[in-house]
Amino acid sequence: MKEVITKYWWKLLAGILLLYAIIEGFRVDLPPEIVEKIQQTIRNLFFHVGMWFAMFTMLITSFVYSLRYLRKFDPKEDIAAVEAVNVGVLFGFLGIFTGMIWANFTWGSPWTKDPKLNGAAIGLVIYLAYLILRGSIEDVHKRAKVSAVYNIFAFVLWIVFVLVMPRITSGGLHPANKGEANTVMPMNLTASLRVVFYPAMIGWILLATWILNLRIRIGKLKYFLEHEQ
Amino acid sequence: MASFVCFFTFAKNRWMTISSEIKTLLGKEIRLELKQKYVLNGILLYLVSTIFVTYLAFEDVVDVQTWNSLFWIILLFVAVNGISKSFIQESPARHLYYYTIASPQAVLLSKVIYNLILMLILSSLAFVFFLLLMGNRVVNLPLFLLALVLGSFGLSSILTMVAAIASRASHNFSLMAILSFPIVLPLLGVLMKVSASAMTDSQWSGNQGFIVILFTINIAVILLAYLLFPYLWRD
Repeated sequence: MKEVITKYWWKLLAGILLLYAIIEGFRVDLPPEIVEKIQQTIRNLFFHVGMWFAMFTMLITSFVYSLRYLRKFDPKEDIAAVEAVNVGVLFGFLGIFTGMIWANFTWGSPWTKDPKLNGAAIGLVIYLAYLILRGSIEDVHKRAKVSAVYNIFAFVLWIVFVLVMPRITSGGLHPANKGEANTVMPMNLTASLRVVFYPAMIGWILLATWILNLRIRIGKLKYFLEHEQ
Repeated sequence: MASFVCFFTFAKNRWMTISSEIKTLLGKEIRLELKQKYVLNGILLYLVSTIFVTYLAFEDVVDVQTWNSLFWIILLFVAVNGISKSFIQESPARHLYYYTIASPQAVLLSKVIYNLILMLILSSLAFVFFLLLMGNRVVNLPLFLLALVLGSFGLSSILTMVAAIASRASHNFSLMAILSFPIVLPLLGVLMKVSASAMTDSQWSGNQGFIVILFTINIAVILLAYLLFPYLWRD
């Protein structure tokens, strides 16, 4: 039993945190100044933002694994990079989907012209193109090298687009644009919401890592079966 | 202090060899192009036809936004078509030959500079044709020209790198388009904003942020390409 806990504690933690976040997320009392502005939909904060952070973590992980692949050309790093992109794209879709539901209630339509939303959509297209690029190269080593180069190149440009540009160009409805009083960032959340938000965020990131871990193990087994016969 | 001097002389020698390689390779590209005129003619024809199609389609142009978006969309397609030919046309035998005689950074930089010259020519021609056929909407000409120049820099460096990546894969041309559009979109967004303000406003005031972004993107892309291209080069 003890070995199970020491090895899998973080998976248990992921499950507990997410259960807590989901249950408490719907139960917690909201401070009145938020309720009058966007009412109960603020509860989406515990889902949408958490998924967004999980996607970010996955894509940064993939970036790091691509860098490491180019240093040592170890195929395990390449497997990790592509699986991280897969999980990142999954959470990206989930994040955009929950964001669209939220937008429909608060802004009236599922999509608006806003730099952050465009950045999210473009990020998804970039990584889908990454997966297509991988699909079009047959040779394993060439595929790994070329996709690692594309990953690094595209990631840096995407970060510039998603993080830097919304700060500099003003306008748009999404929270945390330039010059806007930021009511939904963690620093400004009231205590009652923060108590649910931080565990939720950590829970989503841990869940993403769990899925990544499983996929990497499957990928390694597949690679071993195909190449070391 | 000694290590600084050593590094400096190393960097200077490396720059000497690379710059002479770049000059030779660049001269080769330009001379090849002038001899055959294959790429240039094809792309020029493409440019003129697309502008003519938009001229016919948009009877009475038009508000500033449409002018702006049409211009940059056409320029984007022209750029993707023109620059994709630079890598994808080279046969594997020639590729191997370059590998043995020049450093990868020199090859990349020579192609970027060649594509930059190409893009500058194409964008100025596109601008002239647009003025002829779609009317002049530009209020702040220097700002618009700056946007053209920075845009040519950005497009050529990004698209050259993406062409290098796509040339290693099989379905080259369609892959080039798929890979390049999402990466180029941020650059294009900023360019459109700057040129839109060049058409409505004759002041430079609000645009410093965008111009800084354009510069930063250009420098970041060239640095990245310089560092990453050697990995694509070895086969």
